[in-house]
Amino acid sequence: MKVILKRYRLVFLLLFINVVIAIAMPEIGLNAFSLTKQNLIEMMLVIPPIFILLGLLDVWVDRETMMKYTGRNSGYKGIFIAFLLGSAAAGPLYAAFPIASIMLKKGSSIFNVFIFIGAWSTTKIPMLTFEAANLGIPFTLTRLTLSIIGILIIAFTTEKALNPEQQKQVYDLNYSEEAI
Amino acid sequence: MFNYILYGLAGFSLVISFSKDRIKTKMALKKAWKSFENILPQFLAILIIIGIALAILSPETITNLLGTQSGIWGILGAGIIGSVTLIPGFVAFPLAAALLKSGAGYMQITAFVSTLMMVGVVTLPIEIKTFGKQATIIRNVSAFVFSLIAALLIGVVL
Repeated sequence: MKVILKRYRLVFLLLFINVVIAIAMPEIGLNAFSLTKQNLIEMMLVIPPIFILLGLLDVWVDRETMMKYTGRNSGYKGIFIAFLLGSAAAGPLYAAFPIASIMLKKGSSIFNVFIFIGAWSTTKIPMLTFEAANLGIPFTLTRLTLSIIGILIIAFTTEKALNPEQQKQVYDLNYSEEAI
Repeated sequence: MFNYILYGLAGFSLVISFSKDRIKTKMALKKAWKSFENILPQFLAILIIIGIALAILSPETITNLLGTQSGIWGILGAGIIGSVTLIPGFVAFPLAAALLKSGAGYMQITAFVSTLMMVGVVTLPIEIKTFGKQATIIRNVSAFVFSLIAALLIGVVL
């Protein structure tokens, strides 16, 4: 009970603020409540299947074996797999950095690692379905097309901007780090 | 319509997964519940904030700040806000949808959504630890520039 109170304290605080507003300015306060309720219902309808898919992806996509296929000489296949790997993921971008670190340690190319980071940030499948539910399919597809081009350009730029010495430093950074 | 496809897909995947491996499927469901419960406090909080903000901010105010006529400055502002804030997509998309309904422009919303996902000012220290300063700065700057270009292109397409 105490834990719940602590975790949801911001929610309670905001509800309290909303009640205060409703007392001081009934029209705005009640309008805020009904807007929240409307959004909540809409979201709760979409969320369960998305999280089930997310859990299944997390359990079935084996990261270790996939990494073998994203090395320096993996070519188009490597790019494709890096895209898939990032797209099948779940979680915020900063959760991707430890995985990127393991990829570097195991010899993935820098280009493919940045493809992976790019895919993780924007083309995650559960996220895309949620984006489409909220912002519509035309918007999502247009943005997806642009993002795929952008991810390739960003990964290319980042790799090319580093000279061989700097590239080696990126690898060294992740070799020396034991605690991942 | 979209919801039915989503429920169908999740149900179908769940059945296949369960027929292949019960324990793994149970684990997946546990993970699903855990990650949902994990974002729930943040999620509820932001929904209330959206509710209050939209009740106070009139559609005209939003249109002025992020509307179609806010032009380059609106795009740039939305891009900067997206870069420095750290909100998960599950929260950002409903917010973006609510802003669009209240009069924000597609270009401005694209800049916000794109930088939000690709550029991470708050997480720079973690990123530098993995990629070093040089690569991190190049990645974030090019992602920011890309987001602005994407915003302009979306404006042309939609």
